[in-house]
Amino acid sequence: MSIIVQLMLLFLIVCAIAVCVTRDLLTSVVIYMAYSMIMSIVWITMQSPDLAITEAAVGAGITSLLLFLALKKIHAIDARNEVRRKHAEKQRGGEQHGEEE
Amino acid sequence: MAKKNKKSRWIDRMNGWLSDEQGALEREMEAAQEQAAAPDIEKLSPAELRWAQEEQEEEKRIEAAMHTWTEKKALPFARALYNLLCVGICVTMIALLLYTVTTLPAFGDPNHPINNEVSARYIEKGLQETGAVNIVTGMILDYRAFDTLGESSVLFTAAMVVLFLLRKDKDSARYSQLAQTMDQNPHSDTYYEPKNDIILQKTATILVPIVLLLGVYVVLNGHLSPGGGFSGGAIMGAGLILYVTAFGFDKMRRFFTYKTYQRVVLVALLTYAISKCYSFYTGANHIESIIPLGTPGAILSSGLILVLNICVGFIVACTMYCFYAVFRKGEL
Amino acid sequence: MQYLLVNYEQTAAVILFCIGFSTMLLHKNLLKKIIGMDIMDAGIFLFLACQGFIKGRVAPIVENGVQDVEAYINPVPAGLVLTGIVVSVSVTALMLALTVRLYYRYHTLNLDEMIALAGKEEV
Repeated sequence: MSIIVQLMLLFLIVCAIAVCVTRDLLTSVVIYMAYSMIMSIVWITMQSPDLAITEAAVGAGITSLLLFLALKKIHAIDARNEVRRKHAEKQRGGEQHGEEE
Repeated sequence: MAKKNKKSRWIDRMNGWLSDEQGALEREMEAAQEQAAAPDIEKLSPAELRWAQEEQEEEKRIEAAMHTWTEKKALPFARALYNLLCVGICVTMIALLLYTVTTLPAFGDPNHPINNEVSARYIEKGLQETGAVNIVTGMILDYRAFDTLGESSVLFTAAMVVLFLLRKDKDSARYSQLAQTMDQNPHSDTYYEPKNDIILQKTATILVPIVLLLGVYVVLNGHLSPGGGFSGGAIMGAGLILYVTAFGFDKMRRFFTYKTYQRVVLVALLTYAISKCYSFYTGANHIESIIPLGTPGAILSSGLILVLNICVGFIVACTMYCFYAVFRKGEL
Repeated sequence: MQYLLVNYEQTAAVILFCIGFSTMLLHKNLLKKIIGMDIMDAGIFLFLACQGFIKGRVAPIVENGVQDVEAYINPVPAGLVLTGIVVSVSVTALMLALTVRLYYRYHTLNLDEMIALAGKEEV
């Protein structure tokens, strides 16, 4: 049991660092969701089922949803797709250009 | 009359701030500055005038030099200093906190000073005094019920402030340009609602009743099993959010509008406060209570805790849905 | 070092707190700052709940009428943390609403650019 707890805690720290380091906002929100789920497992191993239920519903559910909505509201997700599309077009254009040459 | 005038000015300033205008105070200050800045040029002699012009030019040159210096050297330097200080503070803090951890009692130690007579009392007498099998629920809704009332009020206040900040008014001119163009975009959340998303709708028809039922179960069994008002309310809120995502706001508005939200939360908060006041009036400190506690383990036991749990569950569920709706659409 | 390994849960909580804190200080993106504060919250909750945990005892739900102090863990930190989790959600929602308003005004999430724009507005 103790080894499982230690693994979970290690995973928590790794998730937190990943959230900190990731440049993409959408990815970091998804990682934060995983962080909350692991947190709720840690609560169960610490004999606090009340906290586990609340954390799973509130942390992984509502908070992440609100972060997603804020991202959607400021159109970060759309902008990201836009950048990717432009990048792909540029690459395609570059290739065509190269063929022409 | 004077009081009313003052109040209306305050509201004007608030509206100005909300609609991204300059506030009345700032306008007044600017007017005062302009008055002060304009000296009487005619009174000055030609020599004095030339002198003043030279001075102004000198000031401008110095200002420009300062500006380039800030842009080129001071800003990067300040940024580097800030980052360095941040790293320093973080490292110091980690070291200090880790040192503190080494001096704490061992993890899982029964003789930890936190396990004092308070928790012993809650465990030994909790069942008899509150009637709740789940000691945590008995604690937060009976011994420390005022705490929970404050917490519910915090949720309500947060929902109100979010509404205040993000709600759309009828005169959308108040909204800034970017927000307007964003909202008029056909792919914006405000207009885009999945009408015929069959997978989502079929899944929602199966899942929403189950999620809501689980939420109700967790709320009603708060004093018997893990859970309670907060977790059950959050689960019910998640069910409502799933329903809205699948079927759109039009269907939701048939039974849940802003008025419903206001009434439900107000009634729940008032019921909470009044029933707790009654409990304090009749049997504070558990000297002698009129409310029967019932047999431990039955649903209708533990006196007021069931009522308070239901109130908190309603508040949390409605507030979570309110957050979602306001963030997505700007109105309930 | 030995103590740190004995108190491994507290150590993890402190490390989580510090990761959240440095995220708040070092990142310029406002949303990242908010996520950092949530991580900080979780670290504090973990630290609080660690204090109430006792090895070999079960969750404070009375079973079979056993009401011995030796049987259950400490219920007080669990109650405090339950309150804290719900308050942290409302704080997050409030900060996100303010962030969206700031984005509408300055069209950016970067705090430095925002401060520069605000300075220009004042001048």
